[in-house]
Amino acid sequence: MENILQFIYVHREMIFLVILSIFLGIEVISHVPAILHTPLMSGANAIHGVVIIGAIIVMGHAETTGSMILGFLAVVLGTLNVVGGFVVTDRMLEMFKRKK
Amino acid sequence: MNEFNHYSFGISILEITYIIASVLFILGLKKLSHPLSARRGNTLAAIGMGLAILATILFHQKDGKPIGNIGFIAAAIVIGTIIGWMIAKKVKMTAMPQLVSFFNGMGGAAAALISMMEFPHVSPDLIASSGMANGHVLAILLGLVIGTVSFSGSMVAFGKLDGKVGDLRIKSMKFVNLAILIFIVAFVVFIMSSDVESSSEMLPFMYVLFGVSVLYGVLFVMPIGGADMPVVISLLNSFTGIAAAMGGFLYNNLAMLTGGILVGSAGTILTVLMCRAMNRSLLNVIVGVFGGGEESSVSVTGSVKEITLSDAAVLLSFSRKVVIVPGYGLAVAQAQHICHELDKVLEEKGVEVKYAIHPVAGRMPGHMNVLLAEADVPYEQLIESEEINPDLPNTDVVVVIGANDVVNPAAEDDPSSPIYGMPIIKARNARNIIVMKRGMGKGYAAIENMLFYNEKCRMLFGDAKSTLQNLVNEVKSL
Repeated sequence: MENILQFIYVHREMIFLVILSIFLGIEVISHVPAILHTPLMSGANAIHGVVIIGAIIVMGHAETTGSMILGFLAVVLGTLNVVGGFVVTDRMLEMFKRKK
Repeated sequence: MNEFNHYSFGISILEITYIIASVLFILGLKKLSHPLSARRGNTLAAIGMGLAILATILFHQKDGKPIGNIGFIAAAIVIGTIIGWMIAKKVKMTAMPQLVSFFNGMGGAAAALISMMEFPHVSPDLIASSGMANGHVLAILLGLVIGTVSFSGSMVAFGKLDGKVGDLRIKSMKFVNLAILIFIVAFVVFIMSSDVESSSEMLPFMYVLFGVSVLYGVLFVMPIGGADMPVVISLLNSFTGIAAAMGGFLYNNLAMLTGGILVGSAGTILTVLMCRAMNRSLLNVIVGVFGGGEESSVSVTGSVKEITLSDAAVLLSFSRKVVIVPGYGLAVAQAQHICHELDKVLEEKGVEVKYAIHPVAGRMPGHMNVLLAEADVPYEQLIESEEINPDLPNTDVVVVIGANDVVNPAAEDDPSSPIYGMPIIKARNARNIIVMKRGMGKGYAAIENMLFYNEKCRMLFGDAKSTLQNLVNEVKSL
Protein backbone atom coordinates (compact mmCIF):
# COMPACT_ATOMS: atom_id res chain seq x y z
CA MET A 1 0.00 0.00 0.00
CA GLU A 2 2.81 2.32 1.00
CA ASN A 3 4.52 1.52 -2.31
CA ILE A 4 1.45 2.34 -4.32
CA LEU A 5 0.96 5.65 -2.57
CA GLN A 6 4.58 6.47 -3.07
CA PHE A 7 4.34 5.54 -6.73
CA ILE A 8 1.36 7.81 -7.18
CA TYR A 9 3.17 10.63 -5.41
CA VAL A 10 6.35 10.25 -7.46
CA HIS A 11 4.45 10.03 -10.71
CA ARG A 12 1.72 12.54 -9.89
CA GLU A 13 2.51 14.72 -12.89
CA MET A 14 2.35 11.77 -15.24
CA ILE A 15 -0.92 10.61 -13.75
CA PHE A 16 -2.25 14.11 -14.19
CA LEU A 17 -1.14 14.00 -17.81
CA VAL A 18 -2.74 10.60 -18.35
CA ILE A 19 -6.07 11.79 -17.02
CA LEU A 20 -6.04 14.92 -19.17
CA SER A 21 -4.98 12.90 -22.22
CA ILE A 22 -7.87 10.50 -21.70
CA PHE A 23 -10.35 13.36 -21.74
CA LEU A 24 -8.61 14.91 -24.72
CA GLY A 25 -8.77 11.65 -26.68
CA ILE A 26 -12.47 11.27 -25.95
CA GLU A 27 -13.17 14.89 -26.82
CA VAL A 28 -11.31 14.75 -30.13
CA ILE A 29 -12.97 11.52 -31.26
CA SER A 30 -16.54 12.28 -30.30
CA HIS A 31 -16.95 14.82 -33.12
CA VAL A 32 -15.78 12.54 -35.88
CA PRO A 33 -18.30 11.79 -38.64
CA ALA A 34 -18.79 8.08 -39.35
CA ILE A 35 -17.30 8.49 -42.81
CA LEU A 36 -13.90 9.11 -41.24
CA HIS A 37 -13.98 6.28 -38.71
CA THR A 38 -11.81 3.94 -40.73
CA PRO A 39 -9.10 6.49 -41.61
CA LEU A 40 -9.20 7.70 -38.03
CA MET A 41 -8.72 4.21 -36.64
CA SER A 42 -5.87 3.75 -39.04
CA GLY A 43 -4.34 7.12 -38.13
CA ALA A 44 -4.60 6.37 -34.41
CA ASN A 45 -3.04 3.01 -35.16
CA ALA A 46 -0.04 4.78 -36.65
CA ILE A 47 0.26 7.10 -33.65
CA HIS A 48 0.61 4.28 -31.14
CA GLY A 49 3.59 3.30 -33.22
CA VAL A 50 5.27 5.81 -30.90
CA VAL A 51 6.22 2.65 -29.03
CA ILE A 52 9.16 2.62 -31.46
CA ILE A 53 10.83 5.22 -29.21
CA GLY A 54 10.96 2.64 -26.43
CA ALA A 55 12.32 0.11 -28.91
CA ILE A 56 15.09 2.53 -29.93
CA ILE A 57 15.93 3.15 -26.28
CA VAL A 58 16.30 -0.57 -25.41
CA MET A 59 18.16 -1.25 -28.62
CA GLY A 60 20.43 1.73 -27.95
CA HIS A 61 21.47 0.27 -24.62
CA ALA A 62 21.47 -3.41 -25.54
CA GLU A 63 24.68 -5.21 -24.68
CA THR A 64 24.16 -8.95 -25.11
CA THR A 65 23.58 -10.59 -28.48
CA GLY A 66 20.19 -11.83 -27.32
CA SER A 67 18.94 -8.39 -26.40
CA MET A 68 20.42 -6.99 -29.61
CA ILE A 69 18.35 -9.43 -31.64
CA LEU A 70 15.17 -8.72 -29.69
CA GLY A 71 15.82 -4.98 -29.85
CA PHE A 72 16.42 -5.12 -33.57
CA LEU A 73 13.16 -6.99 -34.00
CA ALA A 74 11.32 -4.46 -31.83
CA VAL A 75 12.62 -1.53 -33.88
CA VAL A 76 11.66 -3.24 -37.17
CA LEU A 77 8.15 -4.03 -35.91
CA GLY A 78 7.70 -0.54 -34.47
CA THR A 79 8.78 1.01 -37.77
CA LEU A 80 6.34 -1.25 -39.63
CA ASN A 81 3.57 0.05 -37.39
CA VAL A 82 4.55 3.70 -37.89
CA VAL A 83 5.32 3.74 -41.60
CA GLY A 84 2.64 1.29 -42.67
CA GLY A 85 0.07 3.06 -40.53
CA PHE A 86 0.73 6.55 -41.84
CA VAL A 87 1.11 5.50 -45.48
CA VAL A 88 -2.08 3.48 -45.52
CA THR A 89 -4.02 6.30 -43.83
CA ASP A 90 -2.70 8.72 -46.40
CA ARG A 91 -3.77 6.38 -49.18
CA MET A 92 -7.30 6.25 -47.80
CA LEU A 93 -7.54 9.99 -47.33
CA GLU A 94 -6.19 10.71 -50.77
CA MET A 95 -9.51 9.47 -52.07
CA PHE A 96 -11.51 12.01 -50.13
CA LYS A 97 -10.23 14.84 -52.28
CA ARG A 98 -13.01 17.05 -53.57
CA LYS A 99 -13.26 16.85 -57.32
CA LYS A 100 -13.78 19.93 -59.46
CA MET B 1 17.74 9.53 -9.38
CA ASN B 2 18.32 13.23 -9.76
CA GLU B 3 17.55 14.27 -13.31
CA PHE B 4 19.68 17.36 -13.02
CA ASN B 5 22.83 15.29 -12.73
CA HIS B 6 22.47 14.42 -16.36
CA TYR B 7 21.22 17.76 -17.57
CA SER B 8 22.59 18.74 -20.92
CA PHE B 9 21.68 20.78 -23.95
CA GLY B 10 20.66 17.61 -25.80
CA ILE B 11 18.22 16.54 -23.10
CA SER B 12 16.34 19.81 -23.24
CA ILE B 13 16.17 19.65 -27.04
CA LEU B 14 14.83 16.10 -26.67
CA GLU B 15 12.13 17.09 -24.19
CA ILE B 16 11.11 20.09 -26.31
CA THR B 17 10.86 17.83 -29.34
CA TYR B 18 8.63 15.46 -27.36
CA ILE B 19 6.35 18.35 -26.46
CA ILE B 20 6.18 19.40 -30.12
CA ALA B 21 5.50 15.78 -31.13
CA SER B 22 2.68 15.48 -28.58
CA VAL B 23 1.10 18.68 -29.86
CA LEU B 24 1.37 17.40 -33.43
CA PHE B 25 -0.29 14.10 -32.42
CA ILE B 26 -3.20 15.96 -30.87
CA LEU B 27 -3.53 18.37 -33.80
CA GLY B 28 -3.26 15.44 -36.19
CA LEU B 29 -6.05 13.52 -34.48
CA LYS B 30 -8.18 16.65 -34.40
CA LYS B 31 -7.68 17.38 -38.09
CA LEU B 32 -8.34 13.73 -38.89
CA SER B 33 -11.88 14.32 -37.71
CA HIS B 34 -12.79 16.65 -40.59
CA PRO B 35 -12.94 15.38 -44.17
CA LEU B 36 -11.13 18.36 -45.69
CA SER B 37 -8.28 18.58 -43.22
CA ALA B 38 -7.91 14.85 -42.54
CA ARG B 39 -5.00 14.27 -44.87
CA ARG B 40 -3.05 17.18 -43.41
CA GLY B 41 -3.78 15.83 -39.96
CA ASN B 42 -2.23 12.52 -40.86
CA THR B 43 0.83 14.27 -42.27
CA LEU B 44 1.18 16.39 -39.13
CA ALA B 45 1.10 13.33 -36.89
CA ALA B 46 3.65 11.63 -39.12
CA ILE B 47 5.96 14.66 -38.87
CA GLY B 48 5.60 14.58 -35.09
CA MET B 49 6.56 10.92 -35.10
CA GLY B 50 9.56 11.52 -37.34
CA LEU B 51 10.82 14.33 -35.08
CA ALA B 52 10.37 12.22 -31.95
CA ILE B 53 12.27 9.28 -33.47
CA LEU B 54 15.12 11.44 -34.75
CA ALA B 55 15.49 13.33 -31.48
CA THR B 56 15.49 10.09 -29.50
CA ILE B 57 18.33 8.66 -31.57
CA LEU B 58 20.37 11.86 -31.37
CA PHE B 59 19.77 13.10 -27.85
CA HIS B 60 18.42 10.35 -25.63
CA GLN B 61 20.55 9.46 -22.62
CA LYS B 62 20.18 6.73 -20.06
CA ASP B 63 22.26 7.26 -16.93
CA GLY B 64 24.41 9.65 -18.93
CA LYS B 65 25.01 7.20 -21.75
CA PRO B 66 23.85 8.17 -25.25
CA ILE B 67 22.09 5.80 -27.64
CA GLY B 68 24.47 3.17 -29.00
CA ASN B 69 24.17 0.59 -31.79
CA ILE B 70 23.09 3.40 -34.09
CA GLY B 71 24.05 1.46 -37.20
CA PHE B 72 21.78 -1.41 -36.24
CA ILE B 73 18.96 0.93 -35.30
CA ALA B 74 19.22 2.70 -38.65
CA ALA B 75 19.25 -0.65 -40.46
CA ALA B 76 16.17 -1.81 -38.55
CA ILE B 77 14.34 1.41 -39.37
CA VAL B 78 15.23 1.13 -43.06
CA ILE B 79 14.03 -2.48 -43.19
CA GLY B 80 10.79 -1.64 -41.38
CA THR B 81 10.20 1.37 -43.62
CA ILE B 82 10.67 -0.53 -46.86
CA ILE B 83 8.46 -3.44 -45.82
CA GLY B 84 5.79 -1.21 -44.27
CA TRP B 85 5.75 1.12 -47.24
CA MET B 86 5.45 -1.69 -49.76
CA ILE B 87 2.67 -3.48 -47.92
CA ALA B 88 0.74 -0.25 -47.36
CA LYS B 89 1.02 0.80 -51.01
CA LYS B 90 0.21 -2.57 -52.53
CA VAL B 91 -2.75 -3.80 -50.55
CA LYS B 92 -6.22 -3.45 -52.05
CA MET B 93 -8.65 -1.10 -50.38
CA THR B 94 -10.98 -3.98 -49.56
CA ALA B 95 -8.21 -5.55 -47.49
CA MET B 96 -7.85 -2.40 -45.39
CA PRO B 97 -9.29 -3.79 -42.13
CA GLN B 98 -6.89 -6.72 -41.94
CA LEU B 99 -4.03 -4.40 -42.79
CA VAL B 100 -4.84 -2.07 -39.89
CA SER B 101 -5.07 -5.17 -37.73
CA PHE B 102 -1.68 -6.37 -38.96
CA PHE B 103 0.12 -3.07 -38.28
CA ASN B 104 -1.59 -2.90 -34.92
CA GLY B 105 -0.22 -6.32 -34.06
CA MET B 106 3.29 -5.16 -34.96
CA GLY B 107 3.00 -2.28 -32.51
CA GLY B 108 1.75 -4.62 -29.82
CA ALA B 109 4.64 -7.01 -30.43
CA ALA B 110 7.14 -4.15 -30.20
CA ALA B 111 5.65 -3.11 -26.85
CA ALA B 112 5.82 -6.69 -25.58
CA LEU B 113 9.45 -7.06 -26.68
CA ILE B 114 10.42 -3.87 -24.84
CA SER B 115 8.88 -5.22 -21.64
CA MET B 116 10.63 -8.55 -22.08
CA MET B 117 13.99 -6.88 -22.38
CA GLU B 118 13.45 -4.45 -19.52
CA PHE B 119 12.12 -7.04 -17.09
CA PRO B 120 15.47 -8.58 -16.04
CA HIS B 121 17.03 -5.12 -15.70
CA VAL B 122 14.87 -3.55 -13.01
CA SER B 123 17.27 -1.58 -10.83
CA PRO B 124 18.40 -3.65 -7.80
CA ASP B 125 18.17 -0.53 -5.62
CA LEU B 126 14.50 -0.24 -6.41
CA ILE B 127 13.91 -3.91 -5.58
CA ALA B 128 15.93 -3.59 -2.37
CA SER B 129 13.85 -0.64 -1.24
CA SER B 130 10.37 -1.68 -2.31
CA GLY B 131 10.54 -5.29 -3.52
CA MET B 132 8.95 -6.31 -6.80
CA ALA B 133 5.73 -4.51 -5.92
CA ASN B 134 6.58 -1.19 -7.49
CA GLY B 135 5.18 0.86 -10.34
CA HIS B 136 8.15 0.11 -12.56
CA VAL B 137 7.55 -3.64 -12.51
CA LEU B 138 3.82 -3.11 -12.89
CA ALA B 139 4.36 -0.97 -16.01
CA ILE B 140 6.63 -3.65 -17.48
CA LEU B 141 4.21 -6.49 -16.78
CA LEU B 142 1.17 -4.59 -18.02
CA GLY B 143 3.07 -3.58 -21.16
CA LEU B 144 3.96 -7.22 -21.68
CA VAL B 145 0.46 -8.61 -21.15
CA ILE B 146 -1.44 -5.92 -23.05
CA GLY B 147 1.08 -5.75 -25.90
CA THR B 148 1.12 -9.52 -26.28
CA VAL B 149 -2.66 -9.90 -26.22
CA SER B 150 -2.86 -7.12 -28.79
CA PHE B 151 -0.29 -8.88 -30.95
CA SER B 152 -1.70 -12.38 -30.94
CA GLY B 153 -5.28 -11.10 -31.06
CA SER B 154 -4.51 -8.86 -34.04
CA MET B 155 -2.83 -11.70 -35.88
CA VAL B 156 -5.90 -13.91 -35.43
CA ALA B 157 -8.17 -11.03 -36.50
CA PHE B 158 -5.93 -10.52 -39.52
CA GLY B 159 -6.16 -14.21 -40.41
CA LYS B 160 -9.92 -14.27 -39.97
CA LEU B 161 -10.57 -11.18 -42.07
CA ASP B 162 -8.28 -12.56 -44.71
CA GLY B 163 -10.24 -15.80 -44.69
CA LYS B 164 -7.26 -17.85 -43.55
CA VAL B 165 -8.58 -18.64 -40.08
CA GLY B 166 -12.08 -19.88 -39.39
CA ASP B 167 -14.30 -19.32 -36.38
CA LEU B 168 -13.95 -21.54 -33.38
CA ARG B 169 -17.03 -21.60 -31.23
CA ILE B 170 -17.39 -23.69 -28.18
CA LYS B 171 -20.04 -22.98 -25.61
CA SER B 172 -17.66 -23.13 -22.68
CA MET B 173 -15.24 -20.75 -24.36
CA LYS B 174 -16.27 -17.74 -22.37
CA PHE B 175 -15.57 -19.51 -19.09
CA VAL B 176 -12.18 -20.66 -20.35
CA ASN B 177 -11.35 -17.09 -21.39
CA LEU B 178 -12.53 -15.69 -18.10
CA ALA B 179 -10.44 -18.26 -16.25
CA ILE B 180 -7.33 -17.35 -18.26
CA LEU B 181 -7.93 -13.67 -17.60
CA ILE B 182 -8.19 -14.31 -13.86
CA PHE B 183 -5.04 -16.44 -14.05
CA ILE B 184 -3.15 -13.59 -15.76
CA VAL B 185 -4.16 -11.11 -13.08
CA ALA B 186 -3.26 -13.56 -10.34
CA PHE B 187 0.08 -14.31 -11.96
CA VAL B 188 0.95 -10.61 -12.21
CA VAL B 189 0.16 -10.29 -8.51
CA PHE B 190 2.28 -13.38 -7.81
CA ILE B 191 5.31 -12.02 -9.67
CA MET B 192 4.99 -8.65 -7.98
CA SER B 193 4.66 -10.07 -4.50
CA SER B 194 7.61 -12.46 -4.83
CA ASP B 195 10.57 -11.92 -2.54
CA VAL B 196 13.69 -11.73 -4.72
CA GLU B 197 16.87 -9.72 -4.89
CA SER B 198 16.93 -9.37 -8.64
CA SER B 199 14.08 -9.35 -11.13
CA SER B 200 16.00 -11.70 -13.39
CA GLU B 201 15.28 -14.51 -10.91
CA MET B 202 11.65 -14.25 -11.99
CA LEU B 203 12.49 -14.48 -15.69
CA PRO B 204 10.99 -17.97 -16.25
CA PHE B 205 7.73 -16.76 -14.74
CA MET B 206 7.72 -13.80 -17.09
CA TYR B 207 7.92 -16.20 -20.02
CA VAL B 208 4.98 -18.12 -18.62
CA LEU B 209 3.05 -14.86 -18.42
CA PHE B 210 4.01 -14.13 -22.01
CA GLY B 211 2.87 -17.57 -23.17
CA VAL B 212 -0.46 -17.33 -21.38
CA SER B 213 -1.00 -13.83 -22.83
CA VAL B 214 -0.43 -15.15 -26.36
CA LEU B 215 -2.97 -17.86 -25.65
CA TYR B 216 -5.46 -15.38 -24.27
CA GLY B 217 -5.15 -13.12 -27.33
CA VAL B 218 -5.83 -16.08 -29.62
CA LEU B 219 -8.74 -17.49 -27.62
CA PHE B 220 -10.19 -14.03 -27.11
CA VAL B 221 -10.52 -13.28 -30.82
CA MET B 222 -11.08 -16.84 -32.06
CA PRO B 223 -14.79 -17.18 -31.23
CA ILE B 224 -15.73 -13.67 -32.29
CA GLY B 225 -17.79 -13.66 -35.45
CA GLY B 226 -17.16 -11.50 -38.46
CA ALA B 227 -19.79 -8.92 -37.63
CA ASP B 228 -17.95 -8.05 -34.44
CA MET B 229 -14.51 -7.91 -36.00
CA PRO B 230 -14.37 -4.11 -36.40
CA VAL B 231 -15.12 -3.73 -32.71
CA VAL B 232 -12.32 -6.13 -31.86
CA ILE B 233 -9.79 -4.37 -34.08
CA SER B 234 -10.70 -1.04 -32.59
CA LEU B 235 -10.38 -2.50 -29.10
CA LEU B 236 -7.00 -4.07 -29.85
CA ASN B 237 -5.94 -0.75 -31.33
CA SER B 238 -6.60 0.97 -28.02
CA PHE B 239 -4.85 -1.92 -26.21
CA THR B 240 -1.68 -1.22 -28.16
CA GLY B 241 -2.05 2.45 -27.28
CA ILE B 242 -2.14 1.55 -23.59
CA ALA B 243 0.83 -0.81 -23.99
CA ALA B 244 2.79 2.05 -25.59
CA ALA B 245 1.81 4.33 -22.71
CA MET B 246 3.24 1.75 -20.27
CA GLY B 247 6.55 2.29 -22.05
CA GLY B 248 6.04 5.99 -21.40
CA PHE B 249 5.82 5.28 -17.66
CA LEU B 250 8.84 3.04 -17.84
CA TYR B 251 11.12 5.56 -19.51
CA ASN B 252 9.53 8.72 -18.14
CA ASN B 253 8.90 9.43 -21.79
CA LEU B 254 6.19 12.00 -22.38
CA ALA B 255 5.81 11.45 -26.13
CA MET B 256 5.12 7.75 -25.59
CA LEU B 257 2.79 8.53 -22.73
CA THR B 258 0.63 11.13 -24.48
CA GLY B 259 0.64 9.31 -27.83
CA GLY B 260 -0.27 6.00 -26.23
CA ILE B 261 -2.94 7.33 -23.90
CA LEU B 262 -4.53 9.43 -26.65
CA VAL B 263 -4.90 6.37 -28.84
CA GLY B 264 -5.99 4.29 -25.87
CA SER B 265 -8.81 6.62 -24.92
CA ALA B 266 -9.80 7.58 -28.45
CA GLY B 267 -9.77 3.92 -29.48
CA THR B 268 -11.91 2.93 -26.51
CA ILE B 269 -14.49 5.60 -27.33
CA LEU B 270 -14.52 4.54 -30.96
CA THR B 271 -15.04 0.96 -29.80
CA VAL B 272 -17.96 1.99 -27.61
CA LEU B 273 -19.49 4.00 -30.47
CA MET B 274 -19.23 0.95 -32.71
CA CYS B 275 -20.77 -1.33 -30.11
CA ARG B 276 -23.62 1.11 -29.78
CA ALA B 277 -24.15 1.08 -33.55
CA MET B 278 -24.59 -2.68 -33.32
CA ASN B 279 -26.53 -2.58 -30.07
CA ARG B 280 -24.06 -4.69 -28.14
CA SER B 281 -22.32 -4.03 -24.90
CA LEU B 282 -18.55 -4.01 -24.80
CA LEU B 283 -18.51 -6.64 -22.06
CA ASN B 284 -20.62 -8.88 -24.24
CA VAL B 285 -18.09 -8.55 -27.06
CA ILE B 286 -15.14 -9.26 -24.78
CA VAL B 287 -16.51 -12.18 -22.81
CA GLY B 288 -19.41 -13.25 -24.95
CA VAL B 289 -19.49 -15.60 -27.86
CA PHE B 290 -21.32 -13.94 -30.71
CA GLY B 291 -21.68 -14.05 -34.42
CA GLY B 292 -24.45 -16.42 -35.32
CA GLY B 293 -24.77 -20.11 -34.88
CA GLU B 294 -28.06 -19.73 -33.05
CA GLU B 295 -31.13 -20.65 -35.02
CA SER B 296 -33.71 -17.94 -35.29
CA SER B 297 -37.15 -18.89 -34.01
CA VAL B 298 -38.88 -17.23 -36.95
CA SER B 299 -39.63 -19.73 -39.67
CA VAL B 300 -39.27 -18.73 -43.25
CA THR B 301 -42.55 -18.12 -45.05
CA GLY B 302 -43.18 -17.14 -48.61
CA SER B 303 -40.78 -17.53 -51.47
CA VAL B 304 -38.06 -15.60 -53.15
CA LYS B 305 -38.98 -13.86 -56.41
CA GLU B 306 -36.45 -13.03 -59.08
CA ILE B 307 -36.41 -10.09 -61.47
CA THR B 308 -34.93 -10.02 -64.95
CA LEU B 309 -32.25 -7.53 -65.93
CA SER B 310 -34.50 -5.67 -68.35
CA ASP B 311 -37.30 -5.39 -65.81
CA ALA B 312 -34.83 -4.05 -63.26
CA ALA B 313 -33.49 -1.54 -65.79
CA VAL B 314 -37.00 -0.31 -66.62
CA LEU B 315 -37.97 -0.09 -62.97
CA LEU B 316 -34.89 1.96 -62.14
CA SER B 317 -35.04 4.24 -65.17
CA PHE B 318 -38.62 5.27 -64.51
CA SER B 319 -38.14 5.91 -60.82
CA ARG B 320 -37.89 9.32 -59.28
CA LYS B 321 -35.82 8.37 -56.28
CA VAL B 322 -33.40 5.48 -55.96
CA VAL B 323 -31.36 4.56 -52.91
CA ILE B 324 -28.40 2.21 -53.23
CA VAL B 325 -27.40 0.18 -50.17
CA PRO B 326 -23.86 -1.05 -50.73
CA GLY B 327 -22.35 -3.85 -48.69
CA TYR B 328 -19.14 -5.77 -48.48
CA GLY B 329 -20.23 -7.96 -51.40
CA LEU B 330 -19.97 -4.91 -53.63
CA ALA B 331 -16.45 -4.28 -52.43
CA VAL B 332 -15.34 -7.90 -52.78
CA ALA B 333 -16.55 -7.95 -56.38
CA GLN B 334 -14.59 -4.68 -56.92
CA ALA B 335 -17.87 -3.31 -58.27
CA GLN B 336 -17.73 0.16 -56.72
CA HIS B 337 -16.66 1.80 -59.99
CA ILE B 338 -19.35 0.21 -62.11
CA CYS B 339 -21.85 0.99 -59.36
CA HIS B 340 -20.95 4.66 -59.67
CA GLU B 341 -21.48 4.36 -63.42
CA LEU B 342 -24.98 3.04 -62.80
CA ASP B 343 -25.78 6.02 -60.61
CA LYS B 344 -24.42 8.38 -63.26
CA VAL B 345 -26.53 6.93 -66.11
CA LEU B 346 -29.58 7.01 -63.86
CA GLU B 347 -28.93 10.63 -62.90
CA GLU B 348 -28.68 11.49 -66.58
CA LYS B 349 -32.19 10.13 -66.92
CA GLY B 350 -33.34 12.44 -64.13
CA VAL B 351 -33.39 9.87 -61.34
CA GLU B 352 -32.22 11.07 -57.95
CA VAL B 353 -29.67 8.56 -56.65
CA LYS B 354 -28.38 8.41 -53.07
CA TYR B 355 -26.25 5.90 -51.22
CA ALA B 356 -27.36 4.71 -47.81
CA ILE B 357 -24.33 3.94 -45.70
CA HIS B 358 -24.77 1.83 -42.61
CA PRO B 359 -22.21 2.60 -39.88
CA VAL B 360 -20.83 -0.93 -40.02
CA ALA B 361 -21.21 -1.53 -43.76
CA GLY B 362 -18.12 -3.22 -45.10
CA ARG B 363 -15.78 -4.54 -42.48
CA MET B 364 -15.08 -1.40 -40.48
CA PRO B 365 -17.07 1.73 -39.75
CA GLY B 366 -16.52 4.11 -42.61
CA HIS B 367 -14.94 1.39 -44.73
CA MET B 368 -17.70 1.72 -47.33
CA ASN B 369 -17.11 5.46 -47.56
CA VAL B 370 -13.47 4.84 -48.36
CA LEU B 371 -14.36 2.29 -51.02
CA LEU B 372 -16.93 4.54 -52.68
CA ALA B 373 -14.59 7.50 -52.50
CA GLU B 374 -12.08 5.33 -54.33
CA ALA B 375 -14.64 5.08 -57.13
CA ASP B 376 -15.08 8.89 -57.12
CA VAL B 377 -18.61 8.90 -55.71
CA PRO B 378 -19.01 12.46 -54.32
CA TYR B 379 -19.46 12.23 -50.59
CA GLU B 380 -22.49 14.53 -50.68
CA GLN B 381 -24.27 11.54 -52.18
CA LEU B 382 -23.45 9.29 -49.22
CA ILE B 383 -26.14 9.47 -46.56
CA GLU B 384 -25.93 7.84 -43.15
CA SER B 385 -28.64 5.32 -42.38
CA GLU B 386 -30.33 7.33 -39.64
CA GLU B 387 -30.76 10.27 -41.99
CA ILE B 388 -32.04 8.25 -44.92
CA ASN B 389 -34.53 6.06 -43.04
CA PRO B 390 -37.31 8.71 -42.80
CA ASP B 391 -36.94 9.23 -46.54
CA LEU B 392 -37.29 5.59 -47.54
CA PRO B 393 -41.12 5.39 -47.69
CA ASN B 394 -40.91 8.02 -50.49
CA THR B 395 -38.23 6.09 -52.28
CA ASP B 396 -39.24 4.22 -55.41
CA VAL B 397 -36.51 1.60 -55.42
CA VAL B 398 -33.96 0.50 -52.89
CA VAL B 399 -31.12 -1.41 -54.52
CA VAL B 400 -29.27 -3.62 -52.06
CA ILE B 401 -25.90 -4.61 -53.50
CA GLY B 402 -23.99 -7.26 -51.61
CA ALA B 403 -25.37 -6.13 -48.26
CA ASN B 404 -27.34 -8.39 -45.98
CA ASP B 405 -27.35 -7.95 -42.21
CA VAL B 406 -27.62 -4.16 -42.36
CA VAL B 407 -31.05 -4.41 -44.02
CA ASN B 408 -32.28 -7.44 -42.09
CA PRO B 409 -35.67 -6.68 -40.53
CA ALA B 410 -34.98 -9.34 -37.87
CA ALA B 411 -33.13 -6.56 -36.06
CA GLU B 412 -36.55 -4.99 -35.45
CA ASP B 413 -38.90 -7.97 -35.42
CA ASP B 414 -37.19 -10.94 -33.86
CA PRO B 415 -36.07 -10.59 -30.23
CA SER B 416 -34.31 -13.97 -30.46
CA SER B 417 -32.10 -12.83 -33.32
CA PRO B 418 -28.47 -12.11 -32.46
CA ILE B 419 -28.71 -8.80 -34.29
CA TYR B 420 -31.96 -7.78 -32.56
CA GLY B 421 -31.83 -4.10 -31.69
CA MET B 422 -29.11 -3.21 -34.17
CA PRO B 423 -30.10 -0.07 -36.09
CA ILE B 424 -30.73 -1.02 -39.72
CA ILE B 425 -31.45 0.61 -43.02
CA LYS B 426 -35.20 0.12 -43.27
CA ALA B 427 -35.17 -1.03 -46.86
CA ARG B 428 -38.53 -2.73 -46.53
CA ASN B 429 -40.25 0.66 -46.23
CA ALA B 430 -39.40 1.53 -49.81
CA ARG B 431 -41.92 0.95 -52.61
CA ASN B 432 -39.71 -1.60 -54.37
CA ILE B 433 -36.64 -3.50 -53.34
CA ILE B 434 -34.06 -5.06 -55.62
CA VAL B 435 -31.46 -7.26 -53.96
CA MET B 436 -28.29 -8.14 -55.85
CA LYS B 437 -26.65 -11.21 -54.45
CA ARG B 438 -24.47 -14.04 -55.58
CA GLY B 439 -26.84 -16.65 -54.19
CA MET B 440 -29.06 -17.33 -51.23
CA GLY B 441 -26.12 -17.53 -48.83
CA LYS B 442 -26.46 -15.90 -45.47
CA GLY B 443 -24.75 -12.70 -44.42
CA TYR B 444 -21.76 -12.28 -42.18
CA ALA B 445 -23.82 -12.76 -39.05
CA ALA B 446 -25.03 -16.06 -40.57
CA ILE B 447 -28.73 -15.46 -40.04
CA GLU B 448 -31.74 -15.70 -42.33
CA ASN B 449 -32.89 -12.43 -43.89
CA MET B 450 -36.68 -12.13 -44.13
CA LEU B 451 -36.35 -9.09 -46.37
CA PHE B 452 -35.66 -11.38 -49.32
CA TYR B 453 -39.07 -13.01 -48.80
CA ASN B 454 -40.87 -9.66 -48.65
CA GLU B 455 -43.45 -9.35 -51.43
CA LYS B 456 -41.97 -6.02 -52.56
CA CYS B 457 -38.57 -7.62 -52.93
CA ARG B 458 -37.07 -8.96 -56.14
CA MET B 459 -33.76 -10.79 -56.38
CA LEU B 460 -31.14 -10.26 -59.04
CA PHE B 461 -28.69 -13.12 -58.66
CA GLY B 462 -25.13 -13.05 -59.92
CA ASP B 463 -21.73 -11.52 -59.35
CA ALA B 464 -22.18 -7.86 -58.43
CA LYS B 465 -19.71 -6.57 -60.99
CA SER B 466 -21.01 -8.35 -64.08
CA THR B 467 -24.63 -7.92 -63.05
CA LEU B 468 -24.13 -4.19 -62.59
CA GLN B 469 -22.31 -3.98 -65.92
CA ASN B 470 -25.23 -5.68 -67.67
CA LEU B 471 -27.67 -3.46 -65.84
CA VAL B 472 -25.82 -0.32 -66.94
CA ASN B 473 -25.93 -1.53 -70.55
CA GLU B 474 -29.66 -2.25 -70.26
CA VAL B 475 -30.38 1.18 -68.79
CA LYS B 476 -28.32 2.87 -71.50
CA SER B 477 -30.14 1.05 -74.28
CA LEU B 478 -33.57 2.06 -73.03
